[in-house]
Amino acid sequence: MTNIDRIGLPSDLKRRNFLIGSGAAGLAFGYVAVSGVHGISDALAAGKFEPTAWYSIAPDGKITVMVGKAEMGQHVSSAMAQIVAEELEADWRMMNIQLVDNDPKYNDPVLGALITGGSWSVRMNFDAMSRAGAAGRITLIDAGAAMMGVPAGECRASNSQVIHTKSGKKVSYAKIVADGKASRVWTADELKAIKLKTPGQYTLVGQSVAQLDIPPKTNGTAKYGIDAMVPGMLYGKPIVPPVRYGAKVAAVDDSGAKKVRGFVKAVTLDDKTGTTTGWVVAVATTYDAAKKAAEALKIAYDKGPNAKVSDQTLIDEAKRLQQAGDSGQLFVKKGDSATAIAGAAKVLEAEYFTSINIHAPLEPMNATAYEKDGVWHIHTGNQFASRTGGIAAGALGVDPKNVVLHQYFIGGGFGRRLDGDMVVPAVLASKAVAKPVKLIYAREDDMAMDFTRPLTYQKVKAGLDADGKLVGLAHDVVCAWPTARWGIPEFLTPAVDKKGPLDSFTVNGADFWYTVPNHQVRAILNELAQKATPSGQLRSVAPGWTFWAVESMIDELAHAAGKDPVDYRLALLDGAGDNAVGAKKLANALRTAVGRSGYGAVTLPKNSGIGVACVSSQERATATWTACTAQVEVNPANGEFKVNRLTLAMDLGTVVNPDGVKAQIEGSALWGMSLALFEKAPLEGGALQVSNFNDYTPLRMSQMPDLDISVIASNDPASGCGEPGVTVIAPAIANAIFNAVGARVRSLPITAEAVKAAIKT
Amino acid sequence: MITLTINGQSRQVDTADDTPLLWVIREQLQMTGTKFGCGAGLCGACTVHLDGVAVRSCQTAAKDAVAKKITTIEGLGGGKPHALQVAWEVEQVPQCGYCQSGQIMQAASLLAKNPDPTKQEIVGHMDGNLCRCMTYGRIQRAIVRAAADMRSKSGA
Repeated sequence: MTNIDRIGLPSDLKRRNFLIGSGAAGLAFGYVAVSGVHGISDALAAGKFEPTAWYSIAPDGKITVMVGKAEMGQHVSSAMAQIVAEELEADWRMMNIQLVDNDPKYNDPVLGALITGGSWSVRMNFDAMSRAGAAGRITLIDAGAAMMGVPAGECRASNSQVIHTKSGKKVSYAKIVADGKASRVWTADELKAIKLKTPGQYTLVGQSVAQLDIPPKTNGTAKYGIDAMVPGMLYGKPIVPPVRYGAKVAAVDDSGAKKVRGFVKAVTLDDKTGTTTGWVVAVATTYDAAKKAAEALKIAYDKGPNAKVSDQTLIDEAKRLQQAGDSGQLFVKKGDSATAIAGAAKVLEAEYFTSINIHAPLEPMNATAYEKDGVWHIHTGNQFASRTGGIAAGALGVDPKNVVLHQYFIGGGFGRRLDGDMVVPAVLASKAVAKPVKLIYAREDDMAMDFTRPLTYQKVKAGLDADGKLVGLAHDVVCAWPTARWGIPEFLTPAVDKKGPLDSFTVNGADFWYTVPNHQVRAILNELAQKATPSGQLRSVAPGWTFWAVESMIDELAHAAGKDPVDYRLALLDGAGDNAVGAKKLANALRTAVGRSGYGAVTLPKNSGIGVACVSSQERATATWTACTAQVEVNPANGEFKVNRLTLAMDLGTVVNPDGVKAQIEGSALWGMSLALFEKAPLEGGALQVSNFNDYTPLRMSQMPDLDISVIASNDPASGCGEPGVTVIAPAIANAIFNAVGARVRSLPITAEAVKAAIKT
Repeated sequence: MITLTINGQSRQVDTADDTPLLWVIREQLQMTGTKFGCGAGLCGACTVHLDGVAVRSCQTAAKDAVAKKITTIEGLGGGKPHALQVAWEVEQVPQCGYCQSGQIMQAASLLAKNPDPTKQEIVGHMDGNLCRCMTYGRIQRAIVRAAADMRSKSGA
């Protein structure tokens, strides 16, 4: 768990007691920071007990789990409730979820912050949630046994009831809670000593129970940030500058806006956090008036230093940096790849590109902000509440303690809402007009100001010996560094060549599970890109581009060696040394996907092919073993192609909710295809050349291929499933195109023109 | 002031002539089930019915809805869940859920005139509704399920 341990601010959960006691809402269960048993009983007696409330049981038996994870459709809130309910022996029908604000008491036990991403949530919270549930069950059994006048040792719990096995006597959790006597302080050591269920004993984990967040999403009652209503609020619409970053507002002429009915004020943002540059907010009594006023404002800009940056200048700079042998830092250094490649019988060298991509969640960025009694309240849905609250505080110049972020359902996260830019115009506009402001980005603002998946340039050089065996591979990754931008040291990884920390979120995945005796991976920061296009975390982050290069190159090597690409991969996944266990699991996933696809067994139409890829996304320490085959049909006359079928196999350890996992794989696979074929945000003149869904065009229903998904049964600890599917699709499609017509494409998104050009050569 | 008939109720609103119906529904009438996605008729998140016909409320001026029956996701089932809403739960369709009101309203207008749509007809009718979580497969299955439920009920 190298990466993860570093990311976490030191967790104090290990030192915390777990407290169960009666409160206003019923029985509360939570970790408590008050030290010592004495302190807790004092706090209880004084009525000041405020645990890190993880769940509570009301006197009517309703169980509410507090969810510190952002709910953006991955159904994580439901999964958390399912894990608690398993050990608590709760009736699933009584489970409810509640999203929490940015109070540090709700911080992730491992990560030490309120952050949701990386397909980490279930993996990292499984144990703590299980122990919280088990401690609750044992305490309820004790209290229930006392009520029934029987020994606790003769009782068990099931379906929210304590049952005396011999006599068949029962008492419900609701009655125990209403009785008000259940209480216990669990020391950290006692909690740790609880024997949790083994996978064979699970009754709820592993079941496709209905997701708790779905019913309100079918009838319009689910509340997203954009649905927040505050009495007396005004509306704000940003006017964003003509370059992505670095512009300044020179002058604002609001004479036209003043003629718009309902116009209140044009607020030029002085953003001390530097999150935004050159933004103005039009404030009005309705959103429609704010939009009309925004259109009527005449704003003069100083476009700043990035006004000439384009895709081409970024690529030129990336190549210059890559060719300068001493740039960047090493992420992997095993053996001596340069010497091995120099002495190889055959050398392959290739450049791989991925375009800038944007998140474009369907709920545009928004936030509603107001100040009351010295405290700023922000209503929004956010994946990184801890940091976003701090950004609002920084923009306002107030203590972060005085910023409360009220959490909502998220209308699409995909990493976009790990950033906190939307709170800046909201709080600054609210401050300027001294009224609550609901700030909504128009779609065009949302697209132009995305924190993007960066443009990436990768150079891979590899050497084969006379038998076609891979003896050395050198992989350079040049791009903006999405996570370094946050300035949080814990998110950086020491370079193996001791040249300072690097952003592993640009190279994760390149430390693959193939056994290659001489292997080097270099991470190079493209400063020009870093300044001009602040990049963010886009669903799967680095593995979305590293595996594009790795899995394309491995395929190229297989063909160069005259080997079948599946056999070639399986031979490299020998599980030697550091690759023990993991490589074998990945090989198994590959064989599963390949087998189900009919690879080598079905007769394909002319100009069709099946391509394969396998990945260990996300980080090496949090790998989910994922493989895919793509079946494509190409028209060699014009290069147009169609993806007919994607076959995925995934081993993610313990599956909490099989249907939920399947939903995530379906969505992530189609995301992967959309990024591979349909999505591109060109940069020209320092600005992203995208405006709306007419020119940034994610996959639609008519473009769906057939999907075949297999989840491999395993009792390993639960891993994540929201992102790996994204990373495996593009190389599988490109490898299929090669198998179909012999055209090797190395740039994403894959266009018909590129395929046609590659056929010719 | 204009008078709108929405989900069977008559409501008076003070709005500019060209204000999109979307913002009147969401912010003035505070019925937030109808969503803002693109403001350009490109995503379908704002889909409502005008006299039973699915329209993009971001592209419909509020005054053009006067004297028509407006139906939103809140009023689709007329007090009880519509067959589509039931099917949406059975098939566990929503992920983030933001587009789903629009998806359901768009699908409802299909089933109102075509009780047994083919897959091709479903895709043709639904292709203008973007789902960024890409729940398209489940949307298709839920529509097929709801159509079957509605047929069996009307046949009974």
